[in-house]
Amino acid sequence: MAGFIIRRVISSFLVVVLTSMFVFALFFLGPSNPAGPVCEASGKCTAERLALIEEQMGLNESVVTQYGAFAKGIFVDRTITIGSEYECDAPCLGISYGTRGQVTDELLEKYPATLSIAIGGAMIYLTLGVLLGVLAARWRGTAADRLLVGGSLLVSSVPYYLFALLAWIFLTLQWSIFPATGYTPLTENPGAWFAGLLLPWVVIGVTFSTQYARFTRGSMVETLGEDYIRTATAKGVKSNKVVFKHGLRAAIVPIVTIFGLDFAALLAGTVFTERIFNINGVGWWALNSIQSPQDFPVITATVLVSAVLVVVANLLVDVIYSFLDPRVRMS
Amino acid sequence: MTTQSEAVPTTVSAAPTEQPLLEVTNLRKYFPVKSSGLVRRTIAQVQAVDGVSFQVPAGTSLGLVGESGCGKSTTGRLITRLLDPTSGSMKFEGHEIGNLSPKQMLPYRKEIQMIFQDPYSSLNPRHTVGTIVGTPLRVHKVVPEKQVLNRVRELLEVVGLNPEHYNRYPSEFSGGQRQRIGIARALALQPKLLVADEPVSALDVSIQAQVVNLLTDLQKEFGVAFLFIAHDLAVVRHFCPEVAVMYLGKIVEIADRETLYNRPHHPYTQALLSAVPDVKQAAVGGRRERIRLEGDVPSPVNPPSGCRFRTRCWMAKDICAKQEPPLLQIGPKHKVACHFAGEYGAMPTSPITLNVLGVDQEGTPVAGATPSAEDLNEPGFADTWTDVETLKGNSAPMATSLPSDSRPASEVGSEDRGTRS
Amino acid sequence: MTDFLTDQQHAGQPTPAPGGEDFLVVENLSVQFPTHDGLVKAVNDLSYSVKMGETLGIVGESGSGKSVSSMAVLGLHDIKRSRLTGSIRVDGKEIIGASEQTLRKIRGNEVAMIFQDPLTALHPFYSVGAQIGEAYRIHHDVSKSKARAKAIEMLDRVGIPQAKSRVDDYPHQFSGGMRQRAMIAMALVNDPKLIIADEPTTALDVTVQAQILDLLQELQRDFRSAIIIITHDLGVVAEMADEVLVMYAGRAVEQGPTRELLTHPEMPYTWGLLSSMPDVTASTDARLVPIPGNPPSLLNPPTGCPFHPRCPHVDKVPGDLCRTELPEFLPGQRGTHHLKRCHLVNPDDIYATEVLPEIAPDLVELTLADNADVAHGDGMHGER
Ligand SMILES: Nc1ncnc2c1ncn2[C@@H]1O[C@H](COP(=O)(O)OP(=O)(O)OP(=O)(O)O)[C@@H](O)[C@H]1O
Ligand SMILES: Nc1ncnc2c1ncn2[C@@H]1O[C@H](COP(=O)(O)OP(=O)(O)O)[C@@H](O)[C@H]1O
Ligand code: SF4
Ligand code: SF4
Ligand SMILES: [Mg+2]
Ligand SMILES: [Mg+2]
Repeated sequence: MAGFIIRRVISSFLVVVLTSMFVFALFFLGPSNPAGPVCEASGKCTAERLALIEEQMGLNESVVTQYGAFAKGIFVDRTITIGSEYECDAPCLGISYGTRGQVTDELLEKYPATLSIAIGGAMIYLTLGVLLGVLAARWRGTAADRLLVGGSLLVSSVPYYLFALLAWIFLTLQWSIFPATGYTPLTENPGAWFAGLLLPWVVIGVTFSTQYARFTRGSMVETLGEDYIRTATAKGVKSNKVVFKHGLRAAIVPIVTIFGLDFAALLAGTVFTERIFNINGVGWWALNSIQSPQDFPVITATVLVSAVLVVVANLLVDVIYSFLDPRVRMS
Repeated sequence: MTTQSEAVPTTVSAAPTEQPLLEVTNLRKYFPVKSSGLVRRTIAQVQAVDGVSFQVPAGTSLGLVGESGCGKSTTGRLITRLLDPTSGSMKFEGHEIGNLSPKQMLPYRKEIQMIFQDPYSSLNPRHTVGTIVGTPLRVHKVVPEKQVLNRVRELLEVVGLNPEHYNRYPSEFSGGQRQRIGIARALALQPKLLVADEPVSALDVSIQAQVVNLLTDLQKEFGVAFLFIAHDLAVVRHFCPEVAVMYLGKIVEIADRETLYNRPHHPYTQALLSAVPDVKQAAVGGRRERIRLEGDVPSPVNPPSGCRFRTRCWMAKDICAKQEPPLLQIGPKHKVACHFAGEYGAMPTSPITLNVLGVDQEGTPVAGATPSAEDLNEPGFADTWTDVETLKGNSAPMATSLPSDSRPASEVGSEDRGTRS
Repeated sequence: MTDFLTDQQHAGQPTPAPGGEDFLVVENLSVQFPTHDGLVKAVNDLSYSVKMGETLGIVGESGSGKSVSSMAVLGLHDIKRSRLTGSIRVDGKEIIGASEQTLRKIRGNEVAMIFQDPLTALHPFYSVGAQIGEAYRIHHDVSKSKARAKAIEMLDRVGIPQAKSRVDDYPHQFSGGMRQRAMIAMALVNDPKLIIADEPTTALDVTVQAQILDLLQELQRDFRSAIIIITHDLGVVAEMADEVLVMYAGRAVEQGPTRELLTHPEMPYTWGLLSSMPDVTASTDARLVPIPGNPPSLLNPPTGCPFHPRCPHVDKVPGDLCRTELPEFLPGQRGTHHLKRCHLVNPDDIYATEVLPEIAPDLVELTLADNADVAHGDGMHGER
């Protein structure tokens, strides 16, 4: 088991390194010139100025050297010249062209908001979705089941941003059922943190839960048809316990996989949620960075963070999987 | 059962040939067990088939029996070359087919066909019966495209299905009928050898007999030889004049059916036969006296040393752990791999294999002895054999002073007793 | 080592002797499933009973209603998806229409079930010990550690070597035979009075099958429970059962004491079963005598006798009776203990002169003599 985790950590690490190389190559070797935005940002951009900036930024060096400098920065402080010189403390992901601040600092500043949205939303949709799914499976074929399946299809067919926007307009603006949205750090004012995030949580929770209800229902229906469920009933186990202990225990396994990837995607930033509910998180930040003038260090950082999140989520899923399924654990 | 002789031209060659249709020598198949992770190393080998030798004469059947996982199906899949052998030789009509590339194998595929166990999963549900049975005809271009349908109808009729049902899908047929479709497909190319892997085990009791009878008729009519794999000892006995018993990748006993079922000499065969519940027992009442085997079949990844059966054998002695018993011929058509081979209740007290192995009672090699066990893994039966009955009385430890090349005459069947008439 | 359970649980209760009260009584049981294609009539008008200490064998090909009828005994059918009529009484308590609570008290306690495929019938994510312990704790108010000790004891009892170290293993770590043993241990943990074994050895090899059958017999001796063994193998029935019930198309078609039924079968379907399979001593030159055709659809069962489309003896019954009228389940020529559902009036003669010569020529004389005895009224075959 330990060996399995170590092997997985190593391979995950390799994936992250390869992604970083790929991202680096893509943006720094692509058709657009990273020096361009910097040059344009500081007044008129002449050919000489551009050349100078390229020189300063080290763009004339070989790609390998440039990547080496970038990778080294993750572990030791470096100085980066973009027009003028900037200190970049380790772990350094570069200096933002837009704000000229350290990307790492900005990331750490934006991250708590995104994290708050993701965790709260996921908690709601996971519990709600799984619970609805289990109940639907248990009473499958009844009107309640059909209502749930139909309703969930309806909700999933509405585009998420529309749903979020309508919820915000009506529930917050029009009827003021929910408090105004926005982000206040938890450490500053827990009450305001909670109030500001409540609507985004509910919106994410409800929309995603329909999907999870359907997954869970499918997985549960299959599991409830298994021989070992019949065995449990034949032993005299109470029907609730048959469903929630024997059934859910097995049915939850495939849900874990989907959840891991969904959650990673949420953590990488939810552009619509952040824009609509006016929360300054990673998603918004990433969106801004790709708008002209492009902020290459920020783009690199956000892509890299997403890659790490996906890889880590996968790793966690595998580890959880092996705890859930003894057949995986033992092999 | 309708079998029309005009429908399919027979391929039976009237004159019996000396050469067996299929001859398998020392066939091995090891499956690697891979570690998980990025670099998948081979950490062990599943010794699924480990040095089996046998012959299938043209137009007859060899039965292959044994418990689940003993390597029956793997052997069948090796012969049809669905799997590549790890080592060993397979000669079809004298031609080596064990090492042929898929392309070189093509002409032989026509000759060797397979019937599968599960009539539900072995037929593509999206193809009509006509397509399923006609595909081999088209692939091998044995009949012009225009004739394929006619031929398919003929084949369906041969296996006892309505020839006009060629347009139906497998799901419209019952299990027994599907198995007939599988048989029609296998027959399409008029093979000389059919490898039937548990052809009736998935069928209902009342249907099994229909399919067994169909196979019997087909064999009579077209002279097809069978390698008949099954775990049902009664069905194998009914169908096959010669039967091999496998245990953990090896053949432990092979003989004509009368000998094997009436006078089994291997402890495992004896246990296997005594375990079969018998309807006739009803007349007596209660359960029969049986040989009780303890425990389960060990893993083929790490089989026991010496004799693979020794962990469950009530006869096991020291030598069984040290020396692997060779498949010794002990009768005109009877080979057995056991140091103490003999009829149940009358098994020898002293190993019968000492001379061929050149070892003493405890299994320790004797200096100066020349073991001849290497030659014993030849397929088929020789004209001379070791006579167990005379050996049995001889419980004295083997005389090490005996010149190794002059074995006592009593141990080899004498000319008149030991030669096939 | 063998009597700890009998002593503890039966203390104070009188153990009924075989031949005493019926422990299980099934009367006119019908089970139907409404499906998209129509109503599946899986079990029709089935009646039988089992006494303590007795073994009933139920035989029939797949789809004949063996599992459906026995699952009904534990009330395992989803009432929303099935229609049950008739009566099933376990120790006098009615099962059909009983509340979930009543059923739960019986399930795994008075009546336990062993299923065909022990790999799928055991939960893959819980250890064997936990599953046995759970079964114990449902019906006994004991701590987890007590239940675990009980699980070890039971595993040991059913012959799992080193039960102490295997108790925490998961089912996939057990071999097929060991899994079935664990399943049996779980069924026996509450010392049930009736064990229903649904094809307990079909998924196993013959040598392991022999071990499991041995075990069941030995346990029955020790626990004095009643057993229903469901199988399609007449050999298993011959060696295990006291009484045999043959099912076809959801109906009982023949029933009687094992020896009586297997030596003097009176119903063409039973003849078919006996003659269609070779055994390890039969002549190898004889052709097998298969039952022609296929098992019937339960959506549209044949009119009259359900076996008539496959029965070679239809012409021996006067008129069109076989096709038009369902034969009643009545005693035949051999006494009240041997019931059959067939219009033939002289089945014993037909069996002895037409069927037996094909399957066991050596027994013809004997059987004919036997028949004569019965006809003269001086040889009743009451085996038990
Ligand atoms: N592709 C494979 N990879 C690894 N091991 C395999 C593979 N195929 C078969 N084996 C192993 O080889 C051994 C022999 O398998 P095989 O299928 O030949 O058994 P069998 O005698 O046909 O059994 P059964 O009666 O259950 O069909 C088994 O231990 C099996 O697990
Ligand atoms: N839940 C169900 N819905 C519809 N048909 C069913 C259901 N369960 C069983 N059946 C049908 O009932 C018949 C009898 O089944 P079963 O008792 O399992 O047969 P067996 O004798 O092989 O145990 C079969 O035709 C089967 O398809
Ligand atoms: S060689 Fe030894 S262990 Fe093997 S079968 Fe013979 S007596 Fe048993
Ligand atoms: S009633 Fe008629 S059809 Fe049915 S079994 Fe008897 S003879 Fe055959
Ligand atoms: Mg196989
Ligand atoms: Mg069944």
